Amino acid sequence: MKADPKGVLTGAHFIDGDHACCEGAIAAGCRFVAGYPITPSTEVVERIAERFPLIGGIFIQMEDEIASSIAIQGAVWGGKKAMTVTSGPGFSLMMEHIGYAAMTETPCVFVDVQRAGPSTGLPTQPAQGDMMQARWGSHGDYSIIALSPNSPQECFDLTIKAFNLAERYRVPVMFMMDECVGHMTERVIIPPADQINVFERDFYKGPKEEFLPYHTNGKLIPPMVKAGDGYNIHVTGLTHDERGYPNITVATQEKLIPRLINKIKMNADTIADYREDQVEGADIVVVTYGITSRTAIPAIEQARKEGLKVGHLRLIVVWPFPEKLIREIASEASAFVVPELNQGQIVYEVERCAAGKVPVELVPHVGGTVHNPKDIYNAIMKMKG
Amino acid sequence: MPEELYEIETDVPSNTVEEFLRMDRMPHIWCPGCGIGTTVNCFAHALETSDLNLEKVAVVSGIGCTGRVAGYVNLDSFHTTHGRAIPFATGLKLANPELKVVVYSGDGDLTAIGGNHFIHACRRNLDMTVILINNFIYGMTGGQVAPTTPMTATASTTPYGNFEQPFNLPYLAESCGAVYVARWTAFHVRHISKAIKEAMAKKGFSFIEILAPCPTLYSRRNKLGDGLDQMVYYQENSEIKHGADTKTVGIDFQSKIIVGKFVDVERPTYLDAMNDYYQKRLGDKYIPYKG
Ligand code: SF4
Repeated sequence: MKADPKGVLTGAHFIDGDHACCEGAIAAGCRFVAGYPITPSTEVVERIAERFPLIGGIFIQMEDEIASSIAIQGAVWGGKKAMTVTSGPGFSLMMEHIGYAAMTETPCVFVDVQRAGPSTGLPTQPAQGDMMQARWGSHGDYSIIALSPNSPQECFDLTIKAFNLAERYRVPVMFMMDECVGHMTERVIIPPADQINVFERDFYKGPKEEFLPYHTNGKLIPPMVKAGDGYNIHVTGLTHDERGYPNITVATQEKLIPRLINKIKMNADTIADYREDQVEGADIVVVTYGITSRTAIPAIEQARKEGLKVGHLRLIVVWPFPEKLIREIASEASAFVVPELNQGQIVYEVERCAAGKVPVELVPHVGGTVHNPKDIYNAIMKMKG
Repeated sequence: MPEELYEIETDVPSNTVEEFLRMDRMPHIWCPGCGIGTTVNCFAHALETSDLNLEKVAVVSGIGCTGRVAGYVNLDSFHTTHGRAIPFATGLKLANPELKVVVYSGDGDLTAIGGNHFIHACRRNLDMTVILINNFIYGMTGGQVAPTTPMTATASTTPYGNFEQPFNLPYLAESCGAVYVARWTAFHVRHISKAIKEAMAKKGFSFIEILAPCPTLYSRRNKLGDGLDQMVYYQENSEIKHGADTKTVGIDFQSKIIVGKFVDVERPTYLDAMNDYYQKRLGDKYIPYKG
């Protein structure tokens, strides 16, 4: 499917990441947004509030982030594509509903424009401290997808991708921006609508009598229906069987939970998205995501100038983590360097996959600003051995 | 015992409300004497005698004993998270305005953890019906005090009795902007069905509080007998006072209960207000929102 031209502002724009995210959502077909004001994400919903009345969308500023994160799920079951937008403290409040979306297989997008924490922290300054929370923040076992843009252009492109992945896999997708990317203004090219690929929800088409809401037909992802179509669906956050009925037994749990995880795990290679720059044949590989991928570039270039073979692997899809790729690199390269605007989160994933074969050096940062490339350079030099 | 013993053919017609229930999920989880099932029966009767297109009726519940209602009604039904039935219903209704959305949940769910959403949905006059079953206590978790527990009543977390002032829910709903407010008890089955029909026909935020016995926890702990004893109490102590000033309908421990339809007024719903306002403000640029 191609994007609905009604909402697509084809052309070149000079806008920040927050605004680009809004335009990406519109191009993806999102027509329901619920949010609660929080810095530094508010500009996304401010633009939505201005744009939606003109294109047939509906924005509601809810009473809090808890309400926002469940209102979008009601809207999805009402037939819309929907997202909510927040930052650290609000993201913390949304955790229960990420679990609800995972359990009920409600496709939706959670945008988190990360700021430095914990707690109120540095409200107007960047961090990448919510990366583990995005993956594990709700209780119990489940799977999600998380993307990490590094520019306003990617805020546009990857928001569309976030919606497409949410719909394809029926999962909540975390769109992990940060204050820097959110407030950075750059040129953003919005292509014509007929060049934007949009994944439309897979609605059930078989006979009504045979419909079972969570029957996957041997696949991993069941088709959906929406309220009002006469299927009398039941949706619950309780452990449920194929009928969607609560069934509080180990046997049903054993059927359901592995499927919720496997639909992501077994499609990890298809979902994976990353950029490699001279990773092949590199001695030291710098692994980055989001804004850190840009601060690492001067450091990598400097080290290369000095004759080091440094590769740069930038993760665009951070979750599911590209385990296979890191394992492969670990058997070729001699070290990893992982700069993060946190005290170490994704570095543990790299370490897990490197499995002791090669050393992994974290370049931590408390957040509030970006790395000084010098610190990344020093880490590269330290690892050259 | 051989199974055949139970397969007795009779001429007795099945209960007419069965069509509105997920009979394949029976027996339900509610205790003997619990009032929740009685209200569901009334709800089913209301559907049976209404001319609503049932394909367009959706029920949303939160968590708790009453939260299980969504699982037993044969309609599109959503069993959401604790306290969040109203914001889920908000998204559902706004996404698909042709749906009749009924929130069916308990007092703890809707007015403690969900209290914030309740007052804002009243204020926005969202077009939905909220049926709140008030059993004065948290049932599912074992009889803890609720924002509705009458003063001096005992709960598992107020072993010496409750000293907190409870909510007067009709007053709360009216003052926050609900356009229809009624209270009945599980004894008033016909009134409940009628109220549900009226509320579902009403545009805007309609609210029905139904007092219902919880013999297992509330009555037992407070030595009030079984479900039937509680029904007798409702019968003997309820006074029907339509149009009563909601300020005056607060509930004390085992005292008089004022029931009836207290509020029935008109006010633009959220969507009507939005469409009217944007049309005036934005003119032809605005595409009226229809879902
Ligand atoms: S605990 Fe109370 S409210 Fe819950 S089902 Fe039993 S009687 Fe009803």
